[in-house]
Amino acid sequence: MDQNSRDRTNDFVVKIATVNGTGSASANGMLMQAMFRMGVPVSGKNVFPSNIQGLPTWYEIRVNKHGHLARSPNVDLMVAMNPKTYEQDIAEVRPGDAVLFDSSWPLEEELFRADVLFLGIPLSHMCVENFEGARARILMKNIAYVGAVAALLSIDLEVLEEMLEEKFSAKQHLMDSNNVAIRLGYDYAKEHFDGLLRVRIEAMDANRDSVLMTGNMAAALGCVYAGATVGAWYPITPATSLMDAFRGFCADLRKDPETGKNLYCIIQAEDELAAIGMVLGAGWMGARAFTPTSGAGLSLMNEFLGLAYYAEIPAVIFDVQRAGPSTGMPTRTQQGDFFTVAFASHGDTKHVLLFPGDPTECFYFAVKAFDLAERFQTPVFVVSDLDIGMNDWVCEKLEWDDAFVPDRGKVLSAEDLQEMDHFYRYLDVDGDGIPARSLPGVDPKGAYFTRGSGHDRFGRYTEDGDLYQDVVDRIARKIEGAAEALPPPEVRLANDATVGLVTVGSCRGAVLEAIELLAEDGMALDFLRITGFPFSSAVEEFLLSHDLNIVVEQNRDGQLKRLLMLETAVPKKKLASVLDYRGSPLGADVVVQGVRNQLGLVAVEAG
Amino acid sequence: MTQTAKPSVRHPGLKTNKLGLTQRDYEGTQSTLCAGCGHDSITAAIVQAFFELNIAPHRVAKLSGIGCSSKTPTYFLSEAHGFNSLHGRMPSIATGANAANGKLAYIGVSGDGDSLSIGLGQFCHAMRRNVNMLYMLENNGVYGLTKGQFSASADVGTKAKRGEENQMPPIDPASMALTLGASFVARSFSGDRKQLVPLIKAGLTHRGFALVDIISPCVTFNDHEGSTKSYAHTREHGHEVVETDFVPLLHEIQVEQDHGASTAVTMHDGSVVRFRSVDEHYDPTDRDAAYAHLKKLQAQGEVATGLLFIEPMSRDLHELENTVDEPLVEVPFEKLCPGSGVLAELQSHWR
Repeated sequence: MDQNSRDRTNDFVVKIATVNGTGSASANGMLMQAMFRMGVPVSGKNVFPSNIQGLPTWYEIRVNKHGHLARSPNVDLMVAMNPKTYEQDIAEVRPGDAVLFDSSWPLEEELFRADVLFLGIPLSHMCVENFEGARARILMKNIAYVGAVAALLSIDLEVLEEMLEEKFSAKQHLMDSNNVAIRLGYDYAKEHFDGLLRVRIEAMDANRDSVLMTGNMAAALGCVYAGATVGAWYPITPATSLMDAFRGFCADLRKDPETGKNLYCIIQAEDELAAIGMVLGAGWMGARAFTPTSGAGLSLMNEFLGLAYYAEIPAVIFDVQRAGPSTGMPTRTQQGDFFTVAFASHGDTKHVLLFPGDPTECFYFAVKAFDLAERFQTPVFVVSDLDIGMNDWVCEKLEWDDAFVPDRGKVLSAEDLQEMDHFYRYLDVDGDGIPARSLPGVDPKGAYFTRGSGHDRFGRYTEDGDLYQDVVDRIARKIEGAAEALPPPEVRLANDATVGLVTVGSCRGAVLEAIELLAEDGMALDFLRITGFPFSSAVEEFLLSHDLNIVVEQNRDGQLKRLLMLETAVPKKKLASVLDYRGSPLGADVVVQGVRNQLGLVAVEAG
Repeated sequence: MTQTAKPSVRHPGLKTNKLGLTQRDYEGTQSTLCAGCGHDSITAAIVQAFFELNIAPHRVAKLSGIGCSSKTPTYFLSEAHGFNSLHGRMPSIATGANAANGKLAYIGVSGDGDSLSIGLGQFCHAMRRNVNMLYMLENNGVYGLTKGQFSASADVGTKAKRGEENQMPPIDPASMALTLGASFVARSFSGDRKQLVPLIKAGLTHRGFALVDIISPCVTFNDHEGSTKSYAHTREHGHEVVETDFVPLLHEIQVEQDHGASTAVTMHDGSVVRFRSVDEHYDPTDRDAAYAHLKKLQAQGEVATGLLFIEPMSRDLHELENTVDEPLVEVPFEKLCPGSGVLAELQSHWR
């Protein structure tokens, strides 16, 4: 269908190009939030540089009445506020669509395109006339373009004004200037460009049960609700905002009512090695402890992760993935850490992983991760990415069951210990591969020596091969046993599909949208979203029951596909890949094209 | 190497402490270190100090890194939880453990390889955070377990067993600790139990990070002529700047008479460290003077020992972080989880 003939109400993309460090991020967030408050499904993706001030940055807002909120490259309105990227921004706009620019200075002749609508507003001039001081003029220009976009798209001005009121109710002068700025842009656009755009927004009621949150906020809140008391970390994009959020929540929610003292301890470590060491020390002591990090930090944690696995110490690690290897593209999203987290450290290891698909799951999986870590006495990784972690998502509202009791696993009390003839730390009494543990300070009978060196099932040092093997084999059984305790994978079945799309994490939205688009073309596809590792039997059954499973993920090497190859019985020929690892959140267009290519290849081979 | 239990023979006449425990109850398994190793003397001093302080062994967390020194926590306090962690990473384990439960006594045992090379960063940052622990740095100037390489504490000109001479300047943990703001800095010698035991006791009682750097000769790789960390060299060049005695709160009056012109420093819990300056006018509460004196002795080829510096009322990690008085591990879940009402209220703003 020709995109121009579709009804484009509540179905469009606005892209805003600015310079980082100019305050545009909060202005852009306001626009997205206003759309959310109008009850329309919306997403906002921040594409930002690894820099504090002066480099190009973009914000992409997608509005879609059907709820398809993956990134889309089809820009309907480009808000071009950065002259340095005019050329590429204008080139990105499709014929018939519009560019909003600051006409305080003339646009160079060669940038104009005949097939694009150019909407010039003298934003800087207006701000110079209305505001004092360089900083205020820069900030208010952002608010002025928000007003202009609101007019162009028919965003309810009252909604915006209400948001300003909430934000600045304590600072009258800021509220006044913001209101003036909004009006400047709004009135100018109304007067000059009313009705020119093909796209517009119309209030809906799709967001009644939704909230706006980032995955890092949600994960941090999950840590609070799970009862985590010790957080240790080293600053790293894109995981930093997780600990920032935890600190913020704790400041409000974790003060002892009588003394005003902290019911938590957050330590900014000297590096990631120390951060994970602190988490393990706290976990060994019996606290629920966690660290947020990203790929580079994980690499540093590797030695300790092996110790945690082998000495069986609970820990929760949030891996908010970014583009690697090395420093890579630290402010861009990717899913390149699957190998690292699955088998972190030297020697034989295998770790329990959870893969949230959105911020809502970040909350629930965070809580789950602490239970799993204590149940299985091992590090548990919550593996998200920059897109989930740092972007505001419209999410299902979080619920909490006040009857929730944390699963502390097999922790022996002083009474338990007193009743025992003898306590042996690594003895599998129950046959499930999980020994009981004692905590320091509880009872003399619970004392044992925690070590990363060879030990036997009684916790004694050993270099005897058989005794060593006995313990590592038992740990392998224990970890395998975790597979069915993880959140079940998300499965959606079409009628009689023989091909499955398999994906993970933030790719979910793009893959589901692609399945709908391909269904319109008569292609039936089943859907499997992996949510945990080791893979459950449901994952293997899905893979075996399809002729072909196309694994959609954001890394170069098809890491999830390779893990499936290693860890399930699925034959290699039943697996194919669609990959996108350019650092942007995945779009359905990439998936559709990739699936078409794969199926074309398969058809040729079969013929 | 295997673990050897000590025979559990008990002499009926053994002295008991206030908890009714004998010194044997503070021991661990048989040492597997070389005969004559300085570390074993330190272990014996640790056993004596804990016994005399009447600390219940299971209320102690003993931690170490990797290396000969780090093996020793198995040789004392068998009723305490032990953690033999990674090379150079014991301070982070201790920091996290202490954050979770500040009510246990913490003793970390490390060596010069563990603390001054691979673990230099963690060692420094644990001091910076003033983690409440006794940190025993068993310093022999050499890598024992890997058979005799120089460590970062080896002095210039010191000779390895096979003859090569160290050219790199040493890292001196005591003077470094002073510049990093450490709140308790002591140095001793494994062969001087009379000096070492009160220092261990004072370090355990000090609220904050207590460093005891102990010259502990390696009989196998670094006890020859040409080594500055040998028994002979340390005996000859050790220079006690202050004589220290530790007076637990309850015994203050009994031991007071033993001392002449001594100065008392009252610790956090009210117990007293009493020291008498051997060097005239030495004041172990004056950081800058302590540093200057240390350097002066160093220039003369002498090793300053004793309680070099103490800041008894320093703020430890928990005070800096303003944590509740009860250990975080003992806070009931109901106090930690804000519940459904708060969640709904929070989310009403996320729109």
